[in-house]
Amino acid sequence: MRDGTVAHVFSGKRNGRGVMVLDFRFDLIWEYAPYFLGGTLLTIGISIVAIVLGAICGLLVAIGRMSQRWYLRVPMKAYIHFFRGTPLILQIMIVHFLLVPIFLGSTNAVAAAIAALALNCAAYSAEIYRAGIQSIDKGQMEAAMALGMSHTQAMRHVILPQAVRRMIPAFGNEFIVLIKDSSLVAFIAVPEIMYWANSMRGQYYRMWEPYMTAAVIYLILTYSLSKLLAYVERRLGK
Amino acid sequence: MNPIIEVTGLSKSFGEHTVLRDINMTVDRQEVVVIIGPSGSGKSTLLRCLNLLEQPQSGDIRIEGRSLLDKTTDIREIRTEVGMVFQQFNLFPHLKVVDNITLSPVRVRNWPLEQARAKAMELLEKVGLPEKAAAYPASLSGGQSQRVAIARALAMEPKILLFDEPTSALDPEMVGEVLGVMKALAKEGMTMVVVTHEMGFAREVGDRVVFMEGGVIVEQGPPEELFDKPKNERTRAFLSRVL
Repeated sequence: MRDGTVAHVFSGKRNGRGVMVLDFRFDLIWEYAPYFLGGTLLTIGISIVAIVLGAICGLLVAIGRMSQRWYLRVPMKAYIHFFRGTPLILQIMIVHFLLVPIFLGSTNAVAAAIAALALNCAAYSAEIYRAGIQSIDKGQMEAAMALGMSHTQAMRHVILPQAVRRMIPAFGNEFIVLIKDSSLVAFIAVPEIMYWANSMRGQYYRMWEPYMTAAVIYLILTYSLSKLLAYVERRLGK
Repeated sequence: MNPIIEVTGLSKSFGEHTVLRDINMTVDRQEVVVIIGPSGSGKSTLLRCLNLLEQPQSGDIRIEGRSLLDKTTDIREIRTEVGMVFQQFNLFPHLKVVDNITLSPVRVRNWPLEQARAKAMELLEKVGLPEKAAAYPASLSGGQSQRVAIARALAMEPKILLFDEPTSALDPEMVGEVLGVMKALAKEGMTMVVVTHEMGFAREVGDRVVFMEGGVIVEQGPPEELFDKPKNERTRAFLSRVL
């Protein structure tokens, strides 16, 4: 059956009774396992660094976005609009081919991947912070002010501790989206999960094994993360 | 002695809508002034101007002779001297009762935590809730919440307490416990400005009652005069509706 027909491409073959069965080559997956493992660790690493940087930058963007001063508010609004309004793949290309070379002289795929994902994440995080902060009843800020607190003290001790709890589900969602979106950095040859799936397809000209493997790995990552977040939410929700 | 609060020519509008026009009033030390009037009369806005939660457009407010609208006045310092109790309590739901009370003394007054806690327990005794120190606000009834809010305001050792309809959000059976705490404070000589619909409280505890309608002070005087011999027709009409 190895004749390059459609049936072959989809790794299907007929058994003795003429019924299609899947011919799934676990041995190929086993061969690629070390690469997938490395790719998985890289996906996890890039995602964690990007969400941490993104969450920190996002807080600064949110503060600027909510500022009374137009010269802080307007640029931060534009930033959010740009990163929410253009495709992530485009942002990755811009960071990889334009921004990183400006700062590092030459480009570096992993640095570009982290930077692009963090910049994108910051825009979404900023809106999560803003929504969280604005969801707190204005009586809370008034009570803090009436007690003589400064705006910063009121934010730190009264508003943010309450807002953060409300932000956790949205941040969890953002983290899961970010893990999935990190697959796009395969386009700039970052050797993460998707990159190895593509290279396995290229090497063996097989579709099912590489992409099902990648799918299972992503599912394990996102499912464990959602379980972890549900736990955190339950602990902090009280 | 000079009045502790002096309001002169105060006006405030939200956009096109004028809420206060040319308000003049004073409050003496240890005086309890009760502001009454129909909803939308501007009484809460006037109260909220006294600690600058609302920014007036013109006029002046002086607390112990210092103008709140003077750019050189540190409004935060004035707010530590002027406590406020809100209709909706506005307790901090993420903090235990005792931490609600100690937060500002520790963060703003820089008291050591031990001293702030001792003060908080003393105040909880005073409002009759020492057993609730470790409880979270969500577990309190409305009346208990408001008593904690009063303790929280007192923890800053203010010279003046402002009450913005402190019993309006309470179930009727809980109004008494809050008014009881307020009466005790008045008896101790706390200077209080109270916006309320509780006419019984106004008559019993108020040294002076101010009737507002349409953003102006229509009439003011000792409670027995204002309630029993109102001079103004609008005061009479309002009282006949609420009494």
